[in-house]
Amino acid sequence: MTAATSVQANTELVEELKGLLAGLNKNGVDITRDTDFNADLNVDSVAVMDFVLMVEDTYDISIPINLLSEVRTVGEFADVVARARAA
Amino acid sequence: MDLFDKFKPLADAYADLTAIGADPFGVEFDRIVSPTLGMIGNREIVLAGTNNYLGLTFQEEVIAAAQAGAAKYGAGTTGSRIANGTYGPHKALEAEMAAHFGMSSAIVFTTGYQANLAVVAGLAGPKDQIFIDADCHASIYDACKLSGAEVVRFAHNDPNSLDRRLARTDPEASNKLVIVEGLYSMFGDVAPIAEFVEVKNKHNAFLAVDEAHSFGVFGDRGLGVAEADGVLDGCDVLVGTFSKSLAGIGGFAISNHPQFELLRVASRAYMFTASSSAASVEATRAALRCIAAMPELRDRLWENARRLHAGLKAAGFSLFADPSPVVAADMGDPAQAALFWNALLADGVYVNLAIPPGTPNSKSLLRCSVSAAHTTEQIDQVIATFQSVAERLGASGEGALMAATS
Repeated sequence: MTAATSVQANTELVEELKGLLAGLNKNGVDITRDTDFNADLNVDSVAVMDFVLMVEDTYDISIPINLLSEVRTVGEFADVVARARAA
Repeated sequence: MDLFDKFKPLADAYADLTAIGADPFGVEFDRIVSPTLGMIGNREIVLAGTNNYLGLTFQEEVIAAAQAGAAKYGAGTTGSRIANGTYGPHKALEAEMAAHFGMSSAIVFTTGYQANLAVVAGLAGPKDQIFIDADCHASIYDACKLSGAEVVRFAHNDPNSLDRRLARTDPEASNKLVIVEGLYSMFGDVAPIAEFVEVKNKHNAFLAVDEAHSFGVFGDRGLGVAEADGVLDGCDVLVGTFSKSLAGIGGFAISNHPQFELLRVASRAYMFTASSSAASVEATRAALRCIAAMPELRDRLWENARRLHAGLKAAGFSLFADPSPVVAADMGDPAQAALFWNALLADGVYVNLAIPPGTPNSKSLLRCSVSAAHTTEQIDQVIATFQSVAERLGASGEGALMAATS
């Protein structure tokens, strides 16, 4: 997969994640790749972890928490999901 | 630039919290009168947040054993278990804990936190996988990080969620360690250990159960939730602490695995810390004898637990779990919880305040822990105080909150 198609695939993934994020997006923020879980959505680490559990079961993947320590934005999270799906 | 800059959000939240009243994380008792009564200045405070489940902290023979231990072996050991810090009492306590559980090996640690670090980071390494219940204690999360293993969470108390995650793995690729707790300390909910044993057997994983809050509380012999569920033999390792039902300080790990003793030379949290003082170890041995000799303590504990749970429920509080020695009430948000906590303390009742991010589901709660040593009158006093505080705060509503926080 080239870098360009990777970004394209992840753009679709971000769109899908938006739907899954609805429960966390209490202030109706317009979600993009750059949306920051903590700063923009104002959700704490525990709520993010529960969101991860939902994403895991939606795509039938496991996302080790080791991969999440650097994740701040929806785009970064989409990249981790894409990697887990490809594994 | 300052290393402390990153704590700004924490500092702000802490300042907001302490503006409401006393510092919930810095309560200082001037005297401890009994397992269930403390003094702040001249005020008597009923202790309902101590994890002193069997109320043995002031038991005569436990204190005498601590005194004798200090007199005979000195105040501290000044060394680790693998150097000069293993005395007769350490080995005796290990033999007695193993016999108490009917298992082949027991290792004791200086704290419960270290027991989890030693077991988890000792057993699992960078090529292994760990599966943890989402609501596991901070010591388990820290231990996972220390291990270097790949860590996957599963939904709290949900064996199917674990099953799905184990099924996604390559059965041959790595060793798998599953970690759950018996009784969860925040909400007071109990794990379905028998179902977890079934799932871990199906996937050929290794199961560690942390019975920190359930040892001395659950099961016919008080061994914990695994015993109560009849699956003690299905657990590969049991971890726990001496600082709750056993009224002292320290931790333990117990197993039938033939190579379990290797942890003594493989676990850094065992090797690189001073061992428990003889006073502490001897107190724990005496408390263990009390637990074995006085099963009625558990009956008394459960009577109190059920009474508190029923009383708070009847008073309209929203509780997180069925009756257990941990009874936690939902308080809505952190400010309301802190206001309520302060009012309880002012009226002579100490409970634990727990707020996000230290709580499951980002809940703000007041957590009571019940003791066998509570009198019926004390339990009723706790219930009545909760009720009167609720009426007072409810009556003044937002006004009280605004006044307290302005």
